[in-house]
Amino acid sequence: MAVIEVHDLQRRFGSVQAVRGVNFEVKEGEIFAFLGPNGAGKSTTISMLATLLHPTAGTAKVAGFDIVREPDRVRHSIGIVFQDPTLDDRLTAEENLQFHALLYNVDSRIVKERVPKLLEMVELLDRRKSLVRTFSGGMKRRLEIARGLLHHPKVLFLDEPTIGLDPQTRARIWEYVRGLRDQEGITVFMTTHYMDEAEVCDRIAVIDHGQIVALGTPSELKALVGGDVITLAANDQEKARQFIAAQYGEPIVTPSGLQFEVTGGETIIPELVARCPTPVRAISLRKPTLDDVFLKLTGREIRDEPPQNHRPRMARIHGGR
Amino acid sequence: MGAAATRAIYTIWLRDVKRFFRERSRILGMLLQPILFLVLVGNGIASSFQMAGAPAGFNYLEFMFPGIVGMTVLFSSVFSAMSVVWDREFGFLKEVVVAPVPRWTLAIGKALGGSTTAMIQGAIILIVAPLAGISLSLATVLKILVLLFVISLALASLGLVIAANLSSMEGFQIIMNFLIMPMFFLSGALFPLKNVATWMAVLTKIDPLTYGVDALRHVFYGQSALGSLLIQFPILTDLAVVILIGAVLLTAATVSFNRTA
Ligand SMILES: Nc1ncnc2c1ncn2[C@@H]1O[C@H](COP(=O)(O)OP(=O)(O)OP(=O)(O)O)[C@@H](O)[C@H]1O
Ligand SMILES: [Mg+2]
Repeated sequence: MAVIEVHDLQRRFGSVQAVRGVNFEVKEGEIFAFLGPNGAGKSTTISMLATLLHPTAGTAKVAGFDIVREPDRVRHSIGIVFQDPTLDDRLTAEENLQFHALLYNVDSRIVKERVPKLLEMVELLDRRKSLVRTFSGGMKRRLEIARGLLHHPKVLFLDEPTIGLDPQTRARIWEYVRGLRDQEGITVFMTTHYMDEAEVCDRIAVIDHGQIVALGTPSELKALVGGDVITLAANDQEKARQFIAAQYGEPIVTPSGLQFEVTGGETIIPELVARCPTPVRAISLRKPTLDDVFLKLTGREIRDEPPQNHRPRMARIHGGR
Repeated sequence: MGAAATRAIYTIWLRDVKRFFRERSRILGMLLQPILFLVLVGNGIASSFQMAGAPAGFNYLEFMFPGIVGMTVLFSSVFSAMSVVWDREFGFLKEVVVAPVPRWTLAIGKALGGSTTAMIQGAIILIVAPLAGISLSLATVLKILVLLFVISLALASLGLVIAANLSSMEGFQIIMNFLIMPMFFLSGALFPLKNVATWMAVLTKIDPLTYGVDALRHVFYGQSALGSLLIQFPILTDLAVVILIGAVLLTAATVSFNRTA
């Protein structure tokens, strides 16, 4: 059963078309991720689904309720951790959680049981009586996540939830979220920049310039890359590029060299090194990751994306480095 | 009103009250400002101020004191209502508007929170009443507190209507300088309004605080000679105007919060 149904959803800010008609469904109990560069329209989509922003066109249903016609019912079914901080830093950690529990009508017995557990998970139990303004950025983020998990909604939106957190904390949070999904059937809609995080999601939509460019399970997406990924660094990059383009298709320029896909990579390498018109400095072969998918679909690496770079892929390749 | 709405209002009210008691420096500042006014402005004006028909032994500070209490609740309630703009700027408002509670509860909760804390501050000022040569009975103090709450509720609602229509903090100073300060000056808090020019008299009559300060003078002076000299309207008129304006503003605030927030 689809818990989130989105049909041709659009949002424009003045002349900026932030979301250009996206279509997707998220099934009950699914962990679904939006993967995309800065400004792709991820947060805008979440804001619309959470009823904080009106779409300029299109429709969407969350937990069976229309986001425009029944926003109150949608809000009764969701929880959200925003990308930007929304804590009251003049209250203590505990008070922020209590405030949330009151707003969401969480039973006081449940609060008593859950609050220490959540604070423990985000390692803030001993700081629960401290004012939030005395917290570091990471501590605030952790508290924000704990607060978002305090009431158990049908659909949980997480906008870049674990950005800036260390790997151990991220792992603990994900264990908790997956536990929620397994025990209570909570549906999770999230955005992320971390490939390892996207990797463990059930399905991923790659979004770029306000449009979904690919949607599928991590292995389906990786299959798009086709075969193995070879990265080659040569003395004369331009010569190497022409050679590869002629033999295997246009490579993508990355900081570590020219990247392209082949099938049966192991057998190709010796021949490749022997025939390359310019000396090969380094060569590597690996199975495709979501990074490669992202690079292939958008022409950019998710990690080194310049914030406002919306140049098309070809311009970047010929730009050289 | 449903249980969910009542709980939401309580939650928002509680946050304001908690934060109020935590911000000692703000309480101190809000306390010192009126005392400063009383001691410096009050004594300064008292030395050169003559009021026609003043009873023997008239003390300007005695005139000014209810006005200072009015000033305290004016600044306090408007300021705390307008903190919604800060909440919006720093993101906290999102936590409230995405919650499964009707948005108008935010307006009511904020109005009640702002008026509760303003009333408390007004009450604290009463401690220095003897400084102005005023002694108050317990019954009078209780009447004043009720009155302060009603006045503050109207003023906090005004602050909320402004906050709902203000997109950033920049507008705050403009509102303070061109709306709230004039409201204070025109209310009769600092000088009697009996003999002002016609254009000013008109302005004072559309200033809701005028009626609040007048009502306060009713309670402070009772039937004394000073009372009959300074009071402008019957107490029922004062109350009716404050309550009516408060109701209209609070309704407007709930409507604007339902729409935007
Ligand atoms: N309130 C707004 N007013 C004007 N433009 C906006 C507003 N919110 C978003 N935009 C624009 O919409 C586009 C999409 O923004 P959005 O925040 O959805 O991106 P995102 O995918 O969440 O990016 P990031 O990874 O940086 O969080 C951007 O070009 C942004 O400038
Ligand atoms: Mg975003």
